[in-house]
Amino acid sequence: MSITGLYRFYRDGFRSMTVGRTLWKIILIKLFVMFAILKLFFFQDYLGSNFSTDEERADHVLQQITGPAENNH
Amino acid sequence: MFDLQMVDWARAQFALTAMYHWLFVPLTLGLSFLCAFFETIYVRTGREEWKNLTRFWMTLFGINFAIGVATGIILEFEFGTNWSNYSWMVGDIFGAPLAIEGIVAFFLEATFFAVMFFGWDRVSKNFHLFSTWMVAIGSNLSALWILVANGWMQYPIGMAFNPDTVRFEMENFWAVLFSPVALAKFTHTTSSSFIVGSFFVIAVSSWYLLKGRHIEMAKKSIIVASVFGLLSATYAAWTGDESAYSNASTQPMKLAAYEGLYDGEKNAGIVALGVVNPAKQPGDQQQPFLFEIKIPGLLSLLANRELGSFVPGINDLVYGNEQEGITSVAARMEKGREAISDLAAYKTAKRAGDATAAEISLARFNTNRDSLGYGYLESPEQTVPSVAITFYAFHIMVFFGTFFLLLFLLFLIFSVKDTLAGKRGLLMLGVGSFFLAMIASQSGWVVAEVGRQPWAIQGLLPVNVATTDIGTGSVQATFFMFLAVFTLLLAAEIKIMLKQIKIGPEGL
Repeated sequence: MSITGLYRFYRDGFRSMTVGRTLWKIILIKLFVMFAILKLFFFQDYLGSNFSTDEERADHVLQQITGPAENNH
Repeated sequence: MFDLQMVDWARAQFALTAMYHWLFVPLTLGLSFLCAFFETIYVRTGREEWKNLTRFWMTLFGINFAIGVATGIILEFEFGTNWSNYSWMVGDIFGAPLAIEGIVAFFLEATFFAVMFFGWDRVSKNFHLFSTWMVAIGSNLSALWILVANGWMQYPIGMAFNPDTVRFEMENFWAVLFSPVALAKFTHTTSSSFIVGSFFVIAVSSWYLLKGRHIEMAKKSIIVASVFGLLSATYAAWTGDESAYSNASTQPMKLAAYEGLYDGEKNAGIVALGVVNPAKQPGDQQQPFLFEIKIPGLLSLLANRELGSFVPGINDLVYGNEQEGITSVAARMEKGREAISDLAAYKTAKRAGDATAAEISLARFNTNRDSLGYGYLESPEQTVPSVAITFYAFHIMVFFGTFFLLLFLLFLIFSVKDTLAGKRGLLMLGVGSFFLAMIASQSGWVVAEVGRQPWAIQGLLPVNVATTDIGTGSVQATFFMFLAVFTLLLAAEIKIMLKQIKIGPEGL
């Protein structure tokens, strides 16, 4: 199938949808809510946004898991 | 009212997201194969009614898929925000399976899914059928990678802990992929999802028969679904047995919890029916059940494949049993604390540039590293999951699983005799069967996930250490946001699905 044929395949497919139109609206709204609202404002990658290198991230996690013991050294 | 700690809110949020996600997934996994079966019959026979039937079920499959798609990504958001310690530590193990899952899912969904829905009368019959099969196989293979990751958390093998990167690093991909827990989990989860898909078809078709609508389509659909369901239920019983057998060696506490077995014994029995004593605690003298009907010997057979063999109970696993060679949790807690202390000493020595001290600390850490997670526990009894939740969830799952075998058989027998349309009681049960299958499927997850508490990674990382050091407020807020979003999505699914079912195949 050529590129044009492929384009037509998808274009005609989307155009002929019935219940699919509603579903696509739901999918797009859902993806917007998930990525543009929840991910952006509420679900930041804690280690990714608070530390700049993997070494710092590793040090932080190590501190978290050895915290109480480390005070003894 | 909601006086929970951050870790409890993070767990509640993860459970909520996973359980909502799991409302959509089993139907996708099961219905995809049923669509492939229906279409195969159409292509083999060339009869138009099978094509219409296939398109109808494919539309319902599409609705479920569209509403459910990407709901699992929210779980990954939660990993990065609420479970950052865990997320960092398992990154190297989970990276490969989740990347494969993402790539496979993307390519299959972008190509074969489009052909499946847009390709009727535009590509050859055989290529369309091939695409439908690829969607079914691809969806189930996607589940494989997720379940391999989950299986590793329950039985961490094929890896080594690197104290410099603070990560569990993969050493043997094949050991992770073919872990007995991962395989048992994949086969049991997919076969139980086939049951859910089969009951969905039976439920809708039974409703049509009760209403006297689309009778031929409903009868044809029920025959295929009841055969597939019967085979799947039989297979699920076998894979469930395998799952329990692997629990006995890898997670004996989970097995003891879902059987309510406190004191280990030889020739241990299975509780067929029981009411858990809510006051019972490990180590006390109270009876574990207020009421029980027990089948002697079966638990020994299930756990060890040997009648009369010893099955450890909760008390043996918590307090140890010298005679059976079981180390107490208290002893492992000591080792775990030494491991944590040596890890901290290793870090201090590395920072100070003291190579000799670092080497000594690392050698000591390696001696006790298998008990690392126990070092974070405050008491041995913390290793006991909620016995009541695990026990009831397990028994609901097993009860329904057995009942489903009978139900599929009845639907098949009356379908073959062509007397199903007159069996109104059975048809009404058929309509409700889908909800029972969903309850059984969700119960399975409750057994798997509640039963492994307190571990995020079995024996190595408890949940309270796996979380991020963030405030409870944001987790509470997002918990209720998810509750609202998922409830809306579920309501949308039910509304669109019911509308399409009421319209029936003629509306396509």
